[in-house]
Formats: sequence, structure tokens, C-alpha cells
Amino acid sequence: MTTHATTLPVSAAAPHPGSLGNVLAIAKRELSGYFASPVAYIFIVIFLLLAGFFTFNVGGFFRRGEASLESFFVWHPWLYLFLVPAVGMRLWSEERRLGTIELLLTMPVTSWQAIVGKFLASWLFLAIALALTFPLVFTVGYLGSPDYGAIFCGYVGSFMLAGAYLAVSCMTSALTRNQVVSFILSVVFCLFLILAGWPPVTDMLVQWAKPWLVDFVAAFSVMPHFDSFRRGVVDSRDVIFFLSVITFSLFTTGVIIRSHRAG
Amino acid sequence: MIKVENLVKAFGPKVAVNGVSFGVERGEVLGFLGPNGAGKSTTMRMVTGFIPPTSGRVTVGGFDMDENPIPAKRLIGYLPENAPAYTDMTVHGFLHFTAELRGLRGEEKKKAVSRAVEMCFLESVVYQSVDTLSKGYRHRTCFAQSIIHDPEVLVLDEPTDGLDPNQKYEVRTLIREMGAKKAIIFSTHILEEVDAACTRAIIIDRGQIVANGTPQELRQRSDLAGAVMFSVQGTPAVTVNQKIQSLPTVRKSALLAGENPQVVAVRAFPQPNTRDSELEASLFELAVREHWKLTELKTEEGRLDEVFRRITLPDTKRSTKEETK
Ligand SMILES: Nc1ncnc2c1ncn2[C@@H]1O[C@H](COP(=O)(O)OP(=O)(O)O)[C@@H](O)[C@H]1O
Ligand SMILES: [Mg+2]
Repeated sequence: MTTHATTLPVSAAAPHPGSLGNVLAIAKRELSGYFASPVAYIFIVIFLLLAGFFTFNVGGFFRRGEASLESFFVWHPWLYLFLVPAVGMRLWSEERRLGTIELLLTMPVTSWQAIVGKFLASWLFLAIALALTFPLVFTVGYLGSPDYGAIFCGYVGSFMLAGAYLAVSCMTSALTRNQVVSFILSVVFCLFLILAGWPPVTDMLVQWAKPWLVDFVAAFSVMPHFDSFRRGVVDSRDVIFFLSVITFSLFTTGVIIRSHRAG
Repeated sequence: MIKVENLVKAFGPKVAVNGVSFGVERGEVLGFLGPNGAGKSTTMRMVTGFIPPTSGRVTVGGFDMDENPIPAKRLIGYLPENAPAYTDMTVHGFLHFTAELRGLRGEEKKKAVSRAVEMCFLESVVYQSVDTLSKGYRHRTCFAQSIIHDPEVLVLDEPTDGLDPNQKYEVRTLIREMGAKKAIIFSTHILEEVDAACTRAIIIDRGQIVANGTPQELRQRSDLAGAVMFSVQGTPAVTVNQKIQSLPTVRKSALLAGENPQVVAVRAFPQPNTRDSELEASLFELAVREHWKLTELKTEEGRLDEVFRRITLPDTKRSTKEETK
């Protein structure tokens, strides 16, 4: 190897892109990582097949005889329960397994920028998968005259829900270098988010827990917040709920990563 | 450029690095020597800001790694142990990504990548997936990443690990050449690399610095340093040894077993107050006086491996020593 005549004076004082530049660079890498492997395409195909199966076969899309996507959105909390952890499980566990976390975090990048960049990339990936369900919108538009506002709300709600699950997966993926463990933990946490406010569960809890405790647990549930989106209502409280779940999970991810480094 | 003061790192009850201090200036190549588990990688991880020290301070280019990590990290290029790289990327994609994180954009980025590719001889694998690279190429890819922004400080953790002898030679040469303008720390457990590339070396053992100096200075700490190898042909060994021991400049001497029984080889150690080359001169006079047929006369510089062995404890003995503590 020989040293080269040209030198690049890069010093601490040199101009550099801000945090947004770093977030975008990390997000771009993460997203291209998804599409570099067949996993992304397999995931999208499975997502579309399952979404179609639940909507038409289980949800009885045609039997309902109404031009709405009710029977499509209603399954999303369950559909995402397995699919979102499958997308999120590798986020940090793979970095730890490969040792690239040591490269990433010794770059002039804050761990917060890395966490947000990786999260946004996978969220965008899920958004792409969700957007590919657009033929359904055309179908209901062809069959009748749907409330496009409600459909749009449903999509926003579904996107928010996916984001909340994904942030939880991001957190569990930071806990371990084993992707399978990360996946299982993530499914368990997400299941809690679904079941916490589910009437059969709350009814059971009421039998032997104080009402305030039941309310407290139920407050974690994504279901009531998702339901209002599904019904075509965008309430700022629901948006704030999902954004809080995301912020809290990503913040915890940061704490976990920091504690690993401290040893 | 790099200043490390009283660095301590404890993992639970285990103290991996215990009070390490040193400094590296531009134009210096500091070799970090030590047996496995001595704390080399842990020290480097603290210097590069990957893990926070339990106590102590690291400053790089005047920036405190704890208070001002981003400008400090901007100055550093780092090759972690085992050369990690994203396996789902091509070499090209990987280097572009790291260049972007280094703040390079557009034309500048392209130039930086092609320069790093050229310096590390990666032309033939640029569009290959990191996954499919041989170990040597993977290593060089990660090395290319560390020099992509032409950093003022380079921290290299076992940069020659897993390379074949030619590649090792090339990397050492590269380190020595770059050392003229940068501050470099590299760790190794191969002693010849210290001579080949370092201006200074630190030997670390069980988390503590046990020696710090130029390779020459370290060699002088060897018992062999200053001893003279002396061989004559056709004279009985006992006579030779007796005559040598009677010299006033000789503290002690040892007969060495050789392949040729005709040749008597003796290693003579100087008295503590003997000056350099005085012993060699007196042995030469002795041979002339006695009409011996002299075949070898050489002052030893001392050997690094001997110093290394003497001041660090081998792995096998370590466990028994710790048990008796
Ligand atoms: N994350 C960690 N947790 C616990 N112990 C660690 C950790 N990292 C290193 N060690 C211990 O610290 C010691 C020094 O390790 P290291 O710095 O990797 O040594 P070297 O690089 O000199 O071979 C070893 O005994 C190792 O087991
Ligand atoms: Mg090491």
C-alpha cells in the first residue's frame, strides 16, 4: 500500500452537515439494507397476502355490502403483531452481532441520531408496504362511493400503530444480539399493548384489581386509540398517544445502548 | 493530539484497565503491546469514545471525549478489533456510507472513497458484497473506512490480525508512512511490528502500563542488552571460559551449546560500571593475546521478546497467581 499525494484536510473545524444529515445517511443505509436482501420483498408479499386474506376471507369484505375498508383495518393490530417485530428485530441486535455498533458509535454521530435514523428507515419501509395496499382503495371506489376521509384516517392510524410497535421492537432489539430473542420479546410487549385495554381482559382484571389500576393498565392499550382512527376520527389525543409510545420506546433504546457501552 | 490520564475501566468487579496514562503527538506511532486480555482493546474503546471510562480523562486534539465527543470523534479514524463491517453492503456502499457520516458530500466524497480504495488495494472488490470477501479484504475494507477522511488521529486495534505475511508487511509500511503526519496508536501482540512501525511502545499487562519507551530503550531493559557474543575455534571450552571470567570487565559468562564442537561460543555479561563497547574491546584484546582464532564478536542489543516475557505474565501462570491472592 502506498500513501497518496492528495490529502483531504478534514479537521474538527471543517464544515459538516448537521444532525439531519447524519440521520438521513443512517436512514438511507438502513433502508437500502432492507432492499438489498430478498427479505424485504418476501415481507411485502406476505404482508399483502395476509392483509388480503383477512380482509376478504375472514373479514367478509364483500358480504358486508358497504364501501368501506373497515374489514381491512380491523385486522391490523393483529397482523402487525408478528410482522412489525420481524422488521424491527434486526435493528440493533444485528449491529451488536456484527460489531458494527462500535463503528457507528465512534463516528461523529450521537446515539440519538443513530436511533432515530434507523427507526425512520424501518418506519418508511412499513409505510411502503402499507402504501402497496392501494388497490383496495380503488376496489371500494369502484364498488361504491366510500368516505375517502375515513379511509385516509384509517391509513394514518395504521401507520401510527405500526410506528408504535416498531419503536417497541427497536427497544427489544437493543436488549440482545440474538434476533430470535429480540423478536419474541417484541411480540410479547406488543401483545400487551393490544390486550391491556381489551374488554375481556379488563373485565377479568376488574374482578380482583382496584379500578384505578385497571384504568392505568388500560391506558397503555393501543386499541381505543386505533379504533377512533379506524372510525375516521383523527383526535390529537390519539396522535399524541402513539407519538408518546414511540418517543418513550426510542428513549429507552438509548438508555439500553448506553448501559451496554458502560459495561 | 491524544492525551490519556489515569484511565480506569471496571466491568463489575473486574478491573480491565487500571490507571493508564500516556500521550501521543503528531508524527508519533505508538505501539500498544500486551498479552491477550491485557486491556488493549478496552483502552482503545475508551480513547475512541465507544465506552465511557469508569474514571480518568481522554482528550483528543484538545477536545474532552466525555464533554465534547463529536469534535473529538471527528478527528479520529478507528479500526476496531476484528474489523467489523456491514455484511449486507458492497465495499463501495460501505465506504460511501462511512464517508457521509464523516461529513463528506458530492465530489469530495467520491474522491475520498477512491483514494481509500487505492491506498488499501480494494479496486478488484469494490462492487463485491462485504459478505463474500475473504478475511484479508474485509480487514482492508474496514481499514479503508478508518482513513477515509484522512484523520489526524488513527486508532488501530490489531490492524495486521488475520492478514498474510505480505499484507502484514504492507500495512506496517502504510502505518509507518502515515505516522509522519498523524498521531497513531496501534495494538499488537506481534513484537516485530514494534520495530517495523513504532516510534514508541507501551507494554501493558493486566490493565497497567509496565514499560514505556522507544523500541531501543525497551530492548535495553533486556538482561541480554550489552552482553557480548564471543566465539573461537580450536581452543578447549574450559580454557576459554576461564580466561574470559578472569577479565575485570566481565561480571559473568556462560558457555553456549553450538552445533559445531570445534567452535566454543561464550556469552559474556559486563560489569555494571563497564562502558559501552569496553567489554567487546577487552575480549578482542584477549583473543589477540592468546592467539585464538576468533570467529564471532558481537554486542547484543537485547531482545524485545525477552523483555516482553520477563515483564508480562504468561496466561497459564496468571490464573494460579490470581487464585493465591
Ligand atoms: N464488555 C466487557 N464485559 C466484561 N469484561 C470485559 C468486557 N470487555 C473486556 N472485558 C475483559 O477485560 C479484559 C481486557 O480485555 P481486552 O481489552 O479485550 O484485552 P486485549 O485487547 O488486550 O486482549 C479481559 O479480561 C476481558 O475479559
Ligand atoms: Mg484486543
